[in-house]
Amino acid sequence: MNHGEKNNPISYRGGLRRFALVMLLLTALLLIMLTVNLMVGSVGMSASRVLSLIWERLFSSSSGALELGDATILFSIRMPRMLLACVLGGALSVSGFLLQAFFRNPIAGPFVLGISSGAKMVVGITMIFLAKKLILSPGSLIAAAFIGSLLVTALVLLFSQKVRSMELLLVVGIMVGYICSAVTDVTITFASEQDIVNLKYWSMGSFSGKGWEQVKAAALVCLPAVTASFLLSKPMGAYALGEGYARSMGIGLKPFRLALILLSSLLSACVTALAGPISFVGIAVPHITRTLLKSSRPALVIPAAFLAGAVFCLGCDLIARTVFAPTELNISTVTSVFGAPVVILMMLSRRRGSEG
Amino acid sequence: MKRFFETSSLSVGYNGKALIEDIDIALGRGRILTLIGPNGSGKSTILKTVSHQIARIRGAAALGGSDLFAMSPKELAKKQAVVLTDRTRPELYSAREVVSLGRYPYTNMIGRLTAEDRFIVDSCLELMNASSFAEKDFSTLSDGQKQRIIIARALAQQPELLVLDEPTAFLDIKHKLELLSLLRTLAREKGLSVIMSLHEIDLALKASDLILCVKDERIAAFGMPDEALSAVSISELYDLEKGSFDPAFGSLELESAAGKPKAFVVAGAGLGVPVFRRLQRQSIPFASGILFENDVDALAAKNLASSWVITPAFEPMSEVGYEKALELMLRCESVIDAGTPIGAFNKPNERLLGIAREKGLINGKYD
Repeated sequence: MNHGEKNNPISYRGGLRRFALVMLLLTALLLIMLTVNLMVGSVGMSASRVLSLIWERLFSSSSGALELGDATILFSIRMPRMLLACVLGGALSVSGFLLQAFFRNPIAGPFVLGISSGAKMVVGITMIFLAKKLILSPGSLIAAAFIGSLLVTALVLLFSQKVRSMELLLVVGIMVGYICSAVTDVTITFASEQDIVNLKYWSMGSFSGKGWEQVKAAALVCLPAVTASFLLSKPMGAYALGEGYARSMGIGLKPFRLALILLSSLLSACVTALAGPISFVGIAVPHITRTLLKSSRPALVIPAAFLAGAVFCLGCDLIARTVFAPTELNISTVTSVFGAPVVILMMLSRRRGSEG
Repeated sequence: MKRFFETSSLSVGYNGKALIEDIDIALGRGRILTLIGPNGSGKSTILKTVSHQIARIRGAAALGGSDLFAMSPKELAKKQAVVLTDRTRPELYSAREVVSLGRYPYTNMIGRLTAEDRFIVDSCLELMNASSFAEKDFSTLSDGQKQRIIIARALAQQPELLVLDEPTAFLDIKHKLELLSLLRTLAREKGLSVIMSLHEIDLALKASDLILCVKDERIAAFGMPDEALSAVSISELYDLEKGSFDPAFGSLELESAAGKPKAFVVAGAGLGVPVFRRLQRQSIPFASGILFENDVDALAAKNLASSWVITPAFEPMSEVGYEKALELMLRCESVIDAGTPIGAFNKPNERLLGIAREKGLINGKYD
């Protein structure tokens, strides 16, 4: 076969070049966000101070510097918080993208479908009724949230067989979310003072007060799950054409769909367990990513959406802790302010697109 | 004919209930089989069963010598590609990306396209005349362009058997013809076998090697186009009441005006057809004569006129025919001369026109 003249390399590489550009941009933004997050706070530090502290930590093994106040703030407070925001932000955005692939609809996300609220409910119940017997390690919280996510996901899937329109399914998801929140509220009523403080604090959603233990747990769960999601990108692309075509290309639909749901639930459960429910990131960030890439190819979108989710959450967390300092906003407040308009715009443009 | 695809006592249906039973068809490599029949007759059910979209009820099928239903999805994907009637609307996929998905069974774990894959995608786009809009977002294309992309995707899968459910839907005449000639070319040159359903009976008869007529959830006929049509007429197959299908022209005719003929058309040599059509549009029942057997006008008159006089071709028109035509003509209000030249064999028509002129029947009433 002659592979010469007819092959048009530009049209194939155009997408990849754009991808490289977007990745470069997101990496740059991420580095800026990381630095700013480390610098800004109740104790301001210059970039050079931050860098020299990190340098010392990495390359001089003398333990003397560790006692410094700045170093404690940097390594015990800011750095774990920042890394958690990175990993969980990326995880949430990938989780949303998986759900969107599953429903073949960009308006699906763990928060709007009530999945985050389901996770919150089970974590809440666990915190109140089982906390005395169990030590609430990040791992057990993630497990509880995963069970909650799966419960609601199963419910939503059951409804989705009856309900053909995605809009209606969203309404169902939002209602399920309210029911879960109501159940959570009821359990709070019966909780002891100490538990309420913990639960309220957690259920508002925040990256604050998190240590290295949480970062480790998040990394251990999310990074393999995101990698696994990336490995599903090939069938995800074919699935976008519809079940019939996907089947005709040799995809085993049942295991594939199950894998999508499990991964998506695991990722969003991890976020909810460690930082509380965070709204709109799962829809807004993948949408922004697709728009930047001008493509929905999962192999491109998943890595970019992970980075973009990290940047988005770092940015939102920065705003959450600085705008009204020393009072902190909860993270969902900030993500809603930025995420919800994106979702509204997206729904409006989709309407126009489908009618026009 | 070597059998490339074959079914034996195949029953198809939904949810374990057989809809069509005992389908026995065979298709050679490089042959085109077209399913025709009214909506809801079960054409799609057969196609969906053949393409593993739904489970078969009973029976067997073989593709290239191996059991079709025992094949793994991956194996099948390299042998068979489909064009479904499902509306597919991937968002933010360029047309080229959709076609590239056809390479799915051949690419590596993350679906990277090799130079050869890209070459195949490009040539399939070209085959479907779709290179000009390959970079556009699929969702912004017209229905016809989308259909061409979906077909290009199926071709990029490089199947041995192509299964298409109503592939001509949404295509305009140009692209309908181009698609069917492309399928013929691919069948002849690449040995591609095709099973499809079509609504255009005329094109189906012309483009297919084999025809399967499905009616009321059973197989009404199977065979080469003329064989199949001698077993079941199109009017029967589709329950045509308002109109008819002419296998000779391969054309559908609207219902002719019923009742006592009001006009008589002296015609022949194809000059009558436009007159017939005009009268039919105006719902004026008419008769025509004297026509030679198998003259275009004679074929058309059988579909459109309420009565006609036809005599054997290649010999002078008989006196019997003349008498019959005269009687028929005199019962009409008006006579129309289609302008057919008079020669040695059709002199009686000249006599008819002469009498009509004398009796003032050439009065232009229905001209």
